[in-house]
Amino acid sequence: MDAITFTVQPGEMVGYIGPNGAGKSTTVKMLTGILYPSSGTVRVAGQDPARERVALARRIGVVFGQRRQLWWDLPLRDSFDILRHVYRVPLPRFQRNLATFVDLLDLGPFLGTPVRQLSLGQVMRGELTAALLHDPEVVFLDEPTIGLDVESKGRALDFLAALNRERGTTVLMTTHDLADLERLCPRMLIIDQGRLIFDGPVAQIRECDAERTLVVDLEAPQPPLAVAGVEEVRAVGRRQWLRFRRNRVSAAALIAQVAAVAPIVDLAVEGTPIEEIVRRIYREGMDGLRSAAG
Amino acid sequence: MRLYWALACLGFRRHAAYRGATVAGVFTNTVWGFMIAYVNLALFSSQARVAGYDASDALTYVWLTQGMLMTVAVWYWVDIAQRVRTGDVATDFQRPVDFQGYWLAQDLGRAAYHALFRGIPPVLFASLVFRLRFPSHPVTWLWFLLSLCAAVCVSFSLRFLVNLSAFWIHDHRGVISITSFAFPFLSGLYGIPLAFLPPAVFRVLAVLPFASMGQAPMSVFLERPGTAGTMLLQVFWAAALLALGRLVLRAAERRLVIQGG
Amino acid sequence: MASTAARPHLWLLRASLRAQVAYRLSFALLTVTAALATFMDFLVIGAIFTHLPRLAGWSLPEIGLLYGIAGVAFGITDICVGALDAFPQIIRDGGFDVLLVRPVGTLYQVLAREFAMRRFGKVAQAGAILAYSIAHLHVTWSAPKVAMLASTLVTGPLIFGSVWVMAMTHVFWTVDTGEVANAFTYGGSFLTSYPINVFAGWLRDLLAFVIPMAFVAYYPVLLVLGRPDPVGLPSFTPLLTPAVAAGVVVLAAAVWRTGVRHYRGTGS
Repeated sequence: MDAITFTVQPGEMVGYIGPNGAGKSTTVKMLTGILYPSSGTVRVAGQDPARERVALARRIGVVFGQRRQLWWDLPLRDSFDILRHVYRVPLPRFQRNLATFVDLLDLGPFLGTPVRQLSLGQVMRGELTAALLHDPEVVFLDEPTIGLDVESKGRALDFLAALNRERGTTVLMTTHDLADLERLCPRMLIIDQGRLIFDGPVAQIRECDAERTLVVDLEAPQPPLAVAGVEEVRAVGRRQWLRFRRNRVSAAALIAQVAAVAPIVDLAVEGTPIEEIVRRIYREGMDGLRSAAG
Repeated sequence: MRLYWALACLGFRRHAAYRGATVAGVFTNTVWGFMIAYVNLALFSSQARVAGYDASDALTYVWLTQGMLMTVAVWYWVDIAQRVRTGDVATDFQRPVDFQGYWLAQDLGRAAYHALFRGIPPVLFASLVFRLRFPSHPVTWLWFLLSLCAAVCVSFSLRFLVNLSAFWIHDHRGVISITSFAFPFLSGLYGIPLAFLPPAVFRVLAVLPFASMGQAPMSVFLERPGTAGTMLLQVFWAAALLALGRLVLRAAERRLVIQGG
Repeated sequence: MASTAARPHLWLLRASLRAQVAYRLSFALLTVTAALATFMDFLVIGAIFTHLPRLAGWSLPEIGLLYGIAGVAFGITDICVGALDAFPQIIRDGGFDVLLVRPVGTLYQVLAREFAMRRFGKVAQAGAILAYSIAHLHVTWSAPKVAMLASTLVTGPLIFGSVWVMAMTHVFWTVDTGEVANAFTYGGSFLTSYPINVFAGWLRDLLAFVIPMAFVAYYPVLLVLGRPDPVGLPSFTPLLTPAVAAGVVVLAAAVWRTGVRHYRGTGS
């Protein structure tokens, strides 16, 4: 780890991404008290995780994508029961929370099944519940959606969004999956080689990326159109892809020019996939990205 | 034949990779050797000979058995049983290799590694501290080596049979634990020579296959009377138990087919 | 209620108990094995006694007393602290992180994982040998002697358990399989079953002063039998046993904390 500084306000939802080995898990470990930082200060909910591990543990919840909190041989319900006592949750609150989570995550069908017999998606939903039963103020998730199918992923993310909305739980999530991040977290931190290289709204990243592609379906196949302001054209049958920079020529102008030359049946404007943008950030840094945007 | 040699080398290499465990194991064996040696010495403080052994004989027995423990490997081996549990054993049966031979070859390779790296160091160290009794006739070393091989074969065949029980018993941990305890004791690898037990008990234990794993090679090393008989008994048990293993294996294969894997 | 503080701890224990009953046949066999193993250990000692009337000046019932106390202490320790066997694996697969995230001490969580009742077999068998030995001993019982004997049920496991914890702590640094600790656990069981004057001087001193396993059974037994210590320590030494036990516990906790600090400083 090199130098990382950031502040998260209560109730925020923050995404934390970076390539493998960048230090995402290390950051989470320092925030949750698993690791001591070699220098600098860490405060979570006003407490120092390194010094006040046990006290802080009551106020935070952690979901590890690759480690299990749940008891492997026991039914899911039993794990929750044990954790209720470990975190000393009063029974009425526990029952209320459990009922809510069972509903939101649809745990009912397998509450009585031993955890080792559950699918990964079911285990993850159980892990989410386990981390949140004691109403933590802050929740850390370390790659929680790894290996999950689309439906389970969606349910988990919706659940976290609902939690943040209704209880104001602060969420910090590390992930590789940028689609998850865009969907859930308004704020994104990008880390690379132990350094923080971006901290801001996801939209800001998109804005830095000026590249767009106009995809048109024409009435009849045409040779690749020559249009001013387009950097690259590709044609396959009736469909053509025109790559341009939105800060040099507007999509509207481009569409007008194309329509003047060939009748358009259907069209779409695509941005760069966010993965590609972030990959560029890793390679060139934010400055590189901004200068490319012009 | 080349295949079995290759398998033996594989067995050797697989265990050679665990250097840390080997060092830790040598430490453990050495500690145990000291403890048991002292108890034996206390026994000999008031008499010169016990059951025909003198102090040197007993000490040699103690240290050599500590060295031999991993080589003969009389306990906790569950490789086959685990493959039965996971179902992987079905693919093993489909290989064009004799199942028993496959595992025996690897075990012999492993035994060679353990004999060299866990057998020799404690004994060598002990010979500096205690007065041990080494063979007076050079040819004894050869007999000892052969006896050790036979002991490993007997041990393998017993472990093989125990592992095959996994085809019939679902949770084999209990069976494994009982045998892991009983085998070392009955074979004389437990600490004191089997010969120190009451003569009636010893006579019975001496003919059981277990003694062929521990007491037998020890007797050969210490050049006790009846070497030829001891070794022949070892060979008999090795052959008989391996044959029994093949019979049980066939039954297991049939069971696998019926169960559908 | 006093129990509110203990509640998280009690529930972790219940969890491990429940998980075990799921494997009933193995449970039975493993219990039987533990009992048999203890019995066989004593048979070996009995076999030694067929050749001589006294071993290092001790008669068979006297050694039986030693063996019984050591065995019961070992068995109780094994039940309470035996879960340490799984500790190396917890470190290797990152499970220790999960423990650090909970508002309970890590050592307790490791120990409470497997409160294995099957290990009770050893306690029962050693207890039987203890009973047999007491019946055959010529001892004039008095209140202090009975108290000493009873206290070993607590001090023995405390000393053993602390030694085991300290032996296992090395895994924080070496991340190995923890096999080395066996020399201390099972080795300790063996050593405490014999009078320490059986062993050579250096080993005797080690057991009395450094790794004080001589206080698990040997010194308490000296008081019960009214024997002077052949090693030459003063006659009140057995009375130090509770203090030694407390001291070793404190030491073990400190060593464990050091291990955890190392883990939290370097990560996995």
